[in-house]
Amino acid sequence: MNKILSKPESLKDNPLSYCPGCGHGIIHRLIAEAVDELGIREKTIAVAPVGCAVFAYDYFNFDTTEAPHGRPPAVATGIKRTNPDKIVFTYQGDGDLAAIGTAETIHCANRGENITVIFVNNANYGMTGGQMAPTTLIGQVTETTPFGRDPLREGYPVKVSELLANLEGTKYIERVTVFDAPHVIQAKKAIKKAFQNQVEGNGYSFIEVISHCPVDWGKTPLEAVKWVEEVFLKTFPLGVIKDTTK
Amino acid sequence: MAKKLVKGNIALCEGALAAGLDAYFGYPITPQNEVPAYMSNKMVSLGKAFVQAESELAAANMVLGACATGKRAMTSSSSPGISLKQEALSYMAGMEIPGVIVNVQRGGPGLGNIAGSQADYFQAVKGGGHGDYHLIVFAPNCAQEMYEITYESFDIAEKYRNPVMLLCDGIVGQMMEPVDFNKEQKTSFAKKEWCLDGCKGREPRSIKSLLMADGVLEQHNLDLQKKYELIRKNEARAELYQVEDAEIIIVSYGISSRISKNAIKAARANGIKAGMIRPVTLWPFPTEAIKKYAKPAVKFLSVELCLGQMVEDVRLAVNGVSSVDFLGRAGGGIVSDKDVLNKIMELKK
Repeated sequence: MNKILSKPESLKDNPLSYCPGCGHGIIHRLIAEAVDELGIREKTIAVAPVGCAVFAYDYFNFDTTEAPHGRPPAVATGIKRTNPDKIVFTYQGDGDLAAIGTAETIHCANRGENITVIFVNNANYGMTGGQMAPTTLIGQVTETTPFGRDPLREGYPVKVSELLANLEGTKYIERVTVFDAPHVIQAKKAIKKAFQNQVEGNGYSFIEVISHCPVDWGKTPLEAVKWVEEVFLKTFPLGVIKDTTK
Repeated sequence: MAKKLVKGNIALCEGALAAGLDAYFGYPITPQNEVPAYMSNKMVSLGKAFVQAESELAAANMVLGACATGKRAMTSSSSPGISLKQEALSYMAGMEIPGVIVNVQRGGPGLGNIAGSQADYFQAVKGGGHGDYHLIVFAPNCAQEMYEITYESFDIAEKYRNPVMLLCDGIVGQMMEPVDFNKEQKTSFAKKEWCLDGCKGREPRSIKSLLMADGVLEQHNLDLQKKYELIRKNEARAELYQVEDAEIIIVSYGISSRISKNAIKAARANGIKAGMIRPVTLWPFPTEAIKKYAKPAVKFLSVELCLGQMVEDVRLAVNGVSSVDFLGRAGGGIVSDKDVLNKIMELKK
């Protein structure tokens, strides 16, 4: 019998610690597949965030480092500038990337660092129990918006992809999601392209992955994916937001 | 080689370059602006990395990233900027990432002023960031030492996998002095078996400070303490100046040690046996050197450009055997050699 599918080499055997129904596991796998397919595992250095994906270094089977909360783009800059031959990516959640790390995100993008950023947007702080994130939707109930996010009180969801598209330093930005198989396939294509860009020296690539967080959203996994499709994507529409590499 | 007249801040840059610096990351703040300006030219010309970061936080974290890959990187700043870098310093200590951080101190607290100061002693040697850790802290007192100690600090940081801080002050940074650039350019470096350089032909590595499993973080802290103990044993340094017969021993570092030395010469000319122990490392503090000279008949005097920080460590070292007095000024005020001499005279009475 021939083996036609197996776990990517870029993933370790460790069981994931993510909640049941969480999107991180899918996104990890897509990254691992892309890294394998491009044959770059042995020269990849990943920067893990503070947040749910802080444990990424237990799952990825290549070199990884931790970074203080919000600082992965700065850490990645330090790595890439001194190791231009390595493939460097950050994996960050919405609190890490769009709240405490906003300055690092914008300036790393504006410098056009030749790195790849995987931005997991699940509209809340998952690790700490579901507080409001910069990307929390209007009206969304979280641990710290018990009456729903009110723009007069909490402002509006930050659309980081659109924000970064305005910067000349960014080369490729796409928003994808992973709630069903066709979208997972599209997400894989985008992630692989974002790494391919770095291999080719095209510059800064940014993939925003709209992900589901059933436990902190207080939903079943099925309700969560339905909410992504019917509500979440209305505020964060999918598609290529910028591509200057064509 | 003939000596060259340069500012302390430039001597510092040359020391880092001779040590094989791969990357400099900085942010403008007075009185250390010569450093990023000089490095922006040198590093780019040498084909090495230079980034003017968006913030002090980012600059420090760029150092963290570069040094995690085994490269030599540094950042420099002054007091308010160093406060912002404490986050990365705590992580680097926890993750055991070497790196060199320079503080050309200015007056504080808050935005303070841009005059020379020594008010960041506590921050540098007692922690600064969160957690149970130590930086290795050097206190150069002249341009020559800005060059030599910077040169050496990269080796020491890597030897112990621990961040090194150079605690300078605005005066030593800004003053021009002749410097003998006597160090050889470093080109070969010890292989680092821990760094992130891609997992070709080996198991992947990860560098982290998050240790959640039961007891693991405590063990990590115990291991760090063992390392700190080794550093205490190996690296404490002090310059002794006329201490053998001294009845009054000044303890002073950085620019105030230069001022104190003049006062000691004047005191000796007046028949007063004064001397000085100058800590070259502030952490580890040269406790043993001080202890050795602590006798009931000897009076100690800590001279600092702040209102009394190092004096606490002098008291701990002396441990009640000698009296310990203090002289200092704050907010950019400079203690004069006359002030120090008057204090010596007063102690002599």
